[in-house]
Amino acid sequence: MKKTYGIEVDCANCANKMEEAARKTTGVKDCSVNFMALKMNVEFEDGADEKAVMKEVLKNCKKVEDDCEIFI
Amino acid sequence: MTKKQKNTLIRILITAVLLVILAIVEETGASGKIAGEEGFGTYILLGLYLIPYILIGHDIIRKAFKGIIHGQVLDENFLMAVATVGSMVLGEYREGVMVMLLYQIGELFQSYAVGKSRRNIASLMDIRPDRANLVITEDGVEKTVTVSPEEVEKDSILVVKPGEKIPIDGMVIEGDSTIDTSSLTGESVPRTIHAGDEVISGTINQNGLIRIRTTKPFGESTVTKILELVENAGSQKSRSENFITRFARVYTPAVCILALVIAIVPPVCNMIRGAAPSFGDYVYRALTFLVISCPCAMVISIPLGFFAGIGGASKAGILVKGSNYIETLSKLDTVIFDKTGTLTKGVFEVVSIHRQKMSDQQLLKYAAYAESYSTHPISRSIVGAYALDIDRSLVTDVEEISGRGVGAVVSGSRIYAGNEKLMNDIGLECPKCHDGGTIVHIAIDGEYAGHIHISDVIKESSAGAIRSLHDMGVKRTIMLTGDAEEVAKSVSYDIGMTDYRAELLPQDKVSAAEEIIKGENGKGKVAFVGDGINDAPVLTRADVGIAMGALGSDAAIEAADVVIMDDDPLGVAKAMRIGKKCMRITYENIYFAIGIKVAVLILSAFGLTNMWLAIFADVGVMILAVLNAIRTLHVD
Repeated sequence: MKKTYGIEVDCANCANKMEEAARKTTGVKDCSVNFMALKMNVEFEDGADEKAVMKEVLKNCKKVEDDCEIFI
Repeated sequence: MTKKQKNTLIRILITAVLLVILAIVEETGASGKIAGEEGFGTYILLGLYLIPYILIGHDIIRKAFKGIIHGQVLDENFLMAVATVGSMVLGEYREGVMVMLLYQIGELFQSYAVGKSRRNIASLMDIRPDRANLVITEDGVEKTVTVSPEEVEKDSILVVKPGEKIPIDGMVIEGDSTIDTSSLTGESVPRTIHAGDEVISGTINQNGLIRIRTTKPFGESTVTKILELVENAGSQKSRSENFITRFARVYTPAVCILALVIAIVPPVCNMIRGAAPSFGDYVYRALTFLVISCPCAMVISIPLGFFAGIGGASKAGILVKGSNYIETLSKLDTVIFDKTGTLTKGVFEVVSIHRQKMSDQQLLKYAAYAESYSTHPISRSIVGAYALDIDRSLVTDVEEISGRGVGAVVSGSRIYAGNEKLMNDIGLECPKCHDGGTIVHIAIDGEYAGHIHISDVIKESSAGAIRSLHDMGVKRTIMLTGDAEEVAKSVSYDIGMTDYRAELLPQDKVSAAEEIIKGENGKGKVAFVGDGINDAPVLTRADVGIAMGALGSDAAIEAADVVIMDDDPLGVAKAMRIGKKCMRITYENIYFAIGIKVAVLILSAFGLTNMWLAIFADVGVMILAVLNAIRTLHVD
């Protein structure tokens, strides 16, 4: 299952940090952040609860970059 | 400017004013009166300087604390906090505030510049249609309703008004108009459309009201495919980006360790030698190290450069699927072209007529009449070349002879038109034709009348494209084709290619391309350029697979790494030029940023610089690198 979310972030490096943080979240199979389009593409593990996983992703992203937002 | 940026700007201005006032107060000796009372005065001064410091730096300090809690030690906030707090402790109040101020100015500028260029790039790809006018019939009355494109099913009827985007791929069923395809192809000349023509989503209907029948759902339409491609472009990173990420990971800790060494080792040595340890001086040098230890200039400018490069390319109708392909494009050594559809138009045209007795026009007329019932591309090209109306009532007894040609009676004359085998069948000898291409021989009433030479037409820009590829350092350009040896030879010679492989069946193309790729031993980079039809395996096998004329061909968009939307081979040269420019700017930024940083590090190790200069160098390098990176957006 793949989904795309809009994000809000200031710098390219912060986007990379978010990508890394999201990838490490349980339930996320793969993730790529496109800074240009301000989009986060998340591929979920089979059977993962998307909403719960995205909450975790946002929490982990906030840890590495305080000034970020994911529009879930 | 966003609200946050405005907020920062106001804080910067107030801090700057406060700093000037405080500096005047301190320098004119007004503070001398306060500082007169030993010890107590410095606290007042510190208190006064803390006002602008907290105003400008509170968010950095807060982020630094949060970072430590979350295990993000050594991020730029932490480094800035340590350096400025350290200089305050050393009694350099003004310097502490100044460093924070300059850092914030740099951050503000960077976020503004990056945001602006990001929006710039995003607007280039603003092709997503937001609504569709669906025609529905309710109680026998036809009316249109506005819906979102996702809701429209296949085979629905849509109305597209002048100025609107065509929301879904479809076929025109009513109306004439011109459409602007520039947002997809970069081609500025509008295309004229009539009923029966296919239209592609994302293009703009310019002047007439048209009705279209959708041939795909929105999710499978061209515009969706392209947007998916562009939005996923960030995931495949180039080696330079990975290098910078690794460099950043090592650089900051390394500089911090160096800072620690400078703060401790020389003073201890001094103490051992019995001299004054001068801790303050060395700690100050160490703090200067911290200021310069942020790799911001590179981590920001290098991805930005690639983003801008990919954005600029999409404006020119070239979609690049990742920055790694930008890098590969810049280093191309061999470019393999599939002939039909890329270097040639893929349509047959009559190039010459070699007649015996009758005139060219008359021979062509007989041939056209005989071929008038056939739908074969070669027949169509002969009929097309004749250009005049054909009175089909004059044509009787038409027979199609499979693999040979056609026979017919035209105005009472028995005509045969076809290949050499057909002529031999009816007992005629054909003269050898030295021109390459396809030959249609014509016999009239059992007598050889001449032949028409038909060839796939080379695109006007093919030769120019090959030339500029060679100019940019491509060593080999190789053409793959299923055509006969002579045709391949003459075409590749005409447009200046270095080599060709002829008489290849579709499956042979893969092995031929593989052989070429293997021959490079992974040293030189190989690109394959095809039209996406039947060559998907080769597209994926090459270092860079370039699909051309891919508008509307989903398979090509999926298999290729680089998609050229129109069918101009110059796009290949342009893609390579973009790659080269992007890489040049990237290297400029890497060398420039590392060079300046190393220079400042050496200077500050020997105490030849101060924290001001260090932050100035740091912010300055970043600003210049960002401005330099944005240059990649412009493609000549």
